[in-house]
Amino acid sequence: MALLSVKDAAFAYDGLVVLSGVTFDVNPGDYLCIVGENGSGKSTLMKGLLRLVKPVRGSIRLGEGLSQDEIGYLPQQNLTQRDFPASVKEVVESGIRGKQLFLSHADRQRAQDMMDLLEISPFKHRSFMELSGGQRQRVLLARALCATGKLLLLDEPTAGLDPVVARDLYKLIEKINQEQGIAIIMISHDVHTAALYASTILHLRQTPLFYGKPDEYLNTYHGQCFAGGVCDV
Amino acid sequence: MFDWLHEMFSYTFISRALLVGMIVSLAAALLGVSLVLKRYSMIGDGLSHVGFGALAIAMVLGAAPLAFTIPVVVIAALILLRLSETSKIKGDAAIGMIATAALAIGVTVLSLAKGVNADISSYLFGSILVMSRDDVTLSLALGGAVLILFVLFYRRIFTVTFDEAFARATGLKAGLYNTLIATLTAVTIVLGMRLMGAMLISSLIIFPALTAMRLCKSFLRVTLTAAIVSLVSFFIGMSISYLLSTPAGASVVLVNALFFLAFSLIAKLRTRVQ
Ligand SMILES: Nc1ncnc2c1ncn2[C@@H]1O[C@H](COP(=O)(O)OP(=O)(O)O)[C@@H](O)[C@H]1O
Ligand SMILES: [Mg+2]
Repeated sequence: MALLSVKDAAFAYDGLVVLSGVTFDVNPGDYLCIVGENGSGKSTLMKGLLRLVKPVRGSIRLGEGLSQDEIGYLPQQNLTQRDFPASVKEVVESGIRGKQLFLSHADRQRAQDMMDLLEISPFKHRSFMELSGGQRQRVLLARALCATGKLLLLDEPTAGLDPVVARDLYKLIEKINQEQGIAIIMISHDVHTAALYASTILHLRQTPLFYGKPDEYLNTYHGQCFAGGVCDV
Repeated sequence: MFDWLHEMFSYTFISRALLVGMIVSLAAALLGVSLVLKRYSMIGDGLSHVGFGALAIAMVLGAAPLAFTIPVVVIAALILLRLSETSKIKGDAAIGMIATAALAIGVTVLSLAKGVNADISSYLFGSILVMSRDDVTLSLALGGAVLILFVLFYRRIFTVTFDEAFARATGLKAGLYNTLIATLTAVTIVLGMRLMGAMLISSLIIFPALTAMRLCKSFLRVTLTAAIVSLVSFFIGMSISYLLSTPAGASVVLVNALFFLAFSLIAKLRTRVQ
């Protein structure tokens, strides 16, 4: 049984179908990368996996004892929260789930471990909003990790970062995937990097154009086209 | 030198107003942080207008003011919340519409009813003479409930306020917490409205949060600072009102405004030094 199993799912906004025919599985430890142009339905699919958007057709099933509130999520950046007063520690600890109203000692320790893992402990008392883009993404990644030990969903985690910072973030994500065995589903613009780290690629344009191994993907028409080759769409 | 303080507390109606005012200031400041950050502060303003209309009707019908007004304003809060959740721009306009219509109903009802007419300004701008003993008891109980619920759900309120998409994605019922905040806000506004005035009560929600945000960079500090600023402003405002015979609600708002200016100034100086 897969961690996550999507069968022929379709999504619509106000009756207008924006994505259809999506079928894929994610197993423990997998690293799936979703690529495609702007507006191709990547974020919508991710919201569907999180039950923030309901599929109009098909099914999304969880397995391997994964429950819906055990999925870590790093949303696509929204800059409306620019002046929100929150410390790094507050943001990371807000990822801890559970029924209890207050944090236990073990909860705080878990948050601390995640901050150590992502190397953000040195500035845990600083204001989240005053950090650089790369630091902020690491904080949100730590928050997502607090919520899960099994599956992480990342929506364009390196958008707007300079290449060096982006590469460091990709390395951290790879480390989380390999050392902790946490499955990753990541949306990315950057096909080369996706092909470098991911175990599977899903290319969307209103419907899947490709689903398979990275090296096969780079040999396909869409892969070459999207990776910057010559093509006429 | 502080004889006036002793004298002020010897008036029952002032002690009552202080007691209720303190708990309302505290609750308003705590809820205000979340409302301002979620850009829902318009809801507070809208609710105070609805509260005015409902209070006017309660007066004319001879109904118990709080018992009648609180349910009406809570329902209005839930409606306004839905409106601002579904469509941001039209939501704003809809809140303005409901607010002014409720205000018009209130003014009309009050002027049609004989004898109550002279009191319109005390509804709009507050009066410290209005509190009965039952009012005080109910206010303290409800105000206390607001504070306890806020403390219990503080962590979740932060999570939902900071990032609603993440909160929902990880299984938190964000809608439930938005509803909780709206309901607590409605209760707080009704409790403070007659004291502060329908036109001025929403300042208790907006000012302390914005003041605290000038200087504080963590949610906990903003929340605590807002609470303290709100309490201190209320107490100073009431004292000024007593000493100089200025209107109580307006005095409290002015002190809040001064705190905001002072904090802004300090923030400016601090960035210049760095
Ligand atoms: N909340 C929404 N309401 C209506 N349409 C939406 C909404 N969110 C996304 N869409 C539309 O759905 C399509 C897919 O969007 P999205 O999933 O965000 O694409 P991507 O993440 O691949 O850029 C786009 O055409 C977009 O305009
Ligand atoms: Mg997107």
